[in-house]
Amino acid sequence: MRSVFNKTLLEIAKKDKRINMVLADIGYGEIEPFAQAFPDRFINVGVAEQNMTGVACGIAMEGNIAITYSIANFPTLRCLEQIRNDVCYHNVNVKIVIIGGGLAYGALGVSHQSTEDLAIMRALPDMVVVAPADFVEAEAATYAMIEHQGPVYYRCGYKKEPPLHQGRIDFKFGKGLIAKEGKDITLIGTGTITYHAYQAAELLKKQGINARVVSMHTVKPIDKDLIIDCAKNTGGIVTVEEHQITGGLGGAVAEVLSEAGVSIPFKRIGLQDSYVHIVGSHDWLLDKFGFSPENIAKTAKGLIK
Amino acid sequence: MLTKKQICDFEYLAVKIRADAVMMTNLQHSGHVGSSLSMADLLVVLFEKVLNVAPKNPKGPNRDRFILSKGHAAAGLYSIMAEKGFFPKDWLETYYCDNGKLCGHISHHVPGVEFSTGSLGHGLPVTVGMALDGKRKGKKHRVFCLMSDGDCNEGSTWEAIMLAAQHKLDNLVAIVDYNKVQALGFSKDVINLEPFAEKMNLFGWAVKEIDGHNFEQILDSLSIIPFVKGKPSFLIAHTVKGKGISCMENTVASHYKCVADDKLEDAYKELGV
Ligand SMILES: [Mg+2]
Repeated sequence: MRSVFNKTLLEIAKKDKRINMVLADIGYGEIEPFAQAFPDRFINVGVAEQNMTGVACGIAMEGNIAITYSIANFPTLRCLEQIRNDVCYHNVNVKIVIIGGGLAYGALGVSHQSTEDLAIMRALPDMVVVAPADFVEAEAATYAMIEHQGPVYYRCGYKKEPPLHQGRIDFKFGKGLIAKEGKDITLIGTGTITYHAYQAAELLKKQGINARVVSMHTVKPIDKDLIIDCAKNTGGIVTVEEHQITGGLGGAVAEVLSEAGVSIPFKRIGLQDSYVHIVGSHDWLLDKFGFSPENIAKTAKGLIK
Repeated sequence: MLTKKQICDFEYLAVKIRADAVMMTNLQHSGHVGSSLSMADLLVVLFEKVLNVAPKNPKGPNRDRFILSKGHAAAGLYSIMAEKGFFPKDWLETYYCDNGKLCGHISHHVPGVEFSTGSLGHGLPVTVGMALDGKRKGKKHRVFCLMSDGDCNEGSTWEAIMLAAQHKLDNLVAIVDYNKVQALGFSKDVINLEPFAEKMNLFGWAVKEIDGHNFEQILDSLSIIPFVKGKPSFLIAHTVKGKGISCMENTVASHYKCVADDKLEDAYKELGV
C-alpha cells in the first residue's frame, strides 16, 4: 500500500505545485522518486520529528500543502504537541502519513507498533483520521487528503494487502463503504485489517450467517448514518481495528450507538489495553491477539445467539 | 545613528509597552510581566525600524514574518501592535478577561499575529519552514523569531537551529531576549547556555551580541540582514528580566507575577507615566 500512496502522491504533485514532503530521515526505497522529481519541494530535516512537524507547519502556512511521512508512531507521538498547537489549532494544510499502522512492523517490537494512534489523532479538533483498507481506497484517500483543506492523519499499510473491493468505489471522507452486503450482523473494520473482517464474513456464510462488511476508512468524521443503518438493519455490530480497544474505531462506533439510543449486541475486537510483550511477525501476532478471520467469525456468531 | 528625537520617541514607546504590560497583567492578576518588560526595547526597534509589516494589510505576501516564540510575553507584543494600529487600543483592557479580545499567550486570532505560541520550542521550527519556503521561491522578505532563554532549553529549538544552518537560511533571524531568568530559576543554574555566542557560531549561525536595552545597538545589529551571507543570523540580546520596575528586576517571581495592586502607583511612577 505504501507504494500506491507514494505513486499517487507523485502523480498529484506533478500537477499541484503546492505539495511538499517533509521527512525525518525515513522512507528509504519509497520517497526517492519524489525527492528526485521535486528537490525544491522535498526536505529531509534529519532525525527530528518535532522539527519535521514545525517546519511542515511553516511551509504550509506559506500557501503550500506539507506532508510529513514516517513509520508507525514516529510522526505522531513524539511531535504530538506540534500537531496539536501548530497544525490543528492553526488549521493548516499539513498531512501526517504513517506507514505501517497497528502491528504491521510485528517483530520490530513495541516502539514500531502504532496501536493508540487512531484514538489520539481522533481527539484533536479539525483533524481528519483515515485508514484505507486496500489499494483502491489508498489511492482515493490520497486524492481526498490533498483536496481536503486542513489537517489529515493518514494511516497507510506497508505491504501488498489483498483487495477488499471489487471494481470502482465511491470514496468520500466520512462515508463508510459497504464491501459486502448482509442482514444478520455487521462487521465494521478500519484499515487493512478490514480484509480479515471480510474473510470472517466468508466463513460465516458457510454457516448460514449473512454478515455485512463495512470499511470505515474514515474514523473521524465517522459515518453516523451508516452505523445506525447497520444497527437497525443487521441487528448487531462487531468492530475490528488493529489498535487498542479504547478510543479508536470501536469507541467511535459505541459513541454513535449510545447517543442515538440504539441498543444492540455489540463487541469491539482490538488489543485489550495491552502492549505486545511477545515476539512475532505481523500475521502471527494478528492471530495471537484475536484478529484471525476465525476469531472474528466466532465473536460475531456469539453475538447473534 | 539615531537622532535625539528618535531616541526620545523610542523611549516613550518602550515606556508605553511597559506600562501597558503592567496594566494588562494586573487586570486579572495574571503573570509573566517580567517577560514583557525585558523585551520592550527590542520590540520598539523591531516595529519602528526593522520589520516590514503593514497594520492595514497584515497578510500582505511580502511582509516580514515575525513569530514571538516566547508567547507568554503576549502583553508586551499586544501593546506595540495596538500602538501600530493592528487592532483597536481598547482591546488591551480586555486582556485575560472573560470574553476578552486577547488571551494570556499570543494568538493568531488577533490581526497581525503570525502564529500562536505558548509552549516553548515551537517558534523556531515554524520560522525555519517559512524561511525555507521563502528562499526556495526567491522571496525577498525576512523571517524573524523572538525567543527566550527558556526557549533554548527545548530540544525542538536545537533541531531547528541545526536545520537552519544546514540549509543556509540567511533570510532567518533569531533574537534571544536573554534575560537570564526562566520559570524556576536563573538560567545559569538551570541550563547554562554559556558560552552562548561561541556555541551558536559552532552551530553555523552568524552571531551578534548586544545590550538589548540599547536602542542604538539593537538598530545597528539589525540594520544589515543577514549578518553574514549564507548563514542564519542569531542576535543575543542581553536584557534584564522585569526591566524598568525595581521590585521586578532580575527576579524569578517576575516570571509568574504581575505588579500587585498596592505597588501599581509606584511602578507607574518609576516608569514615568
Ligand atoms: Mg528568560
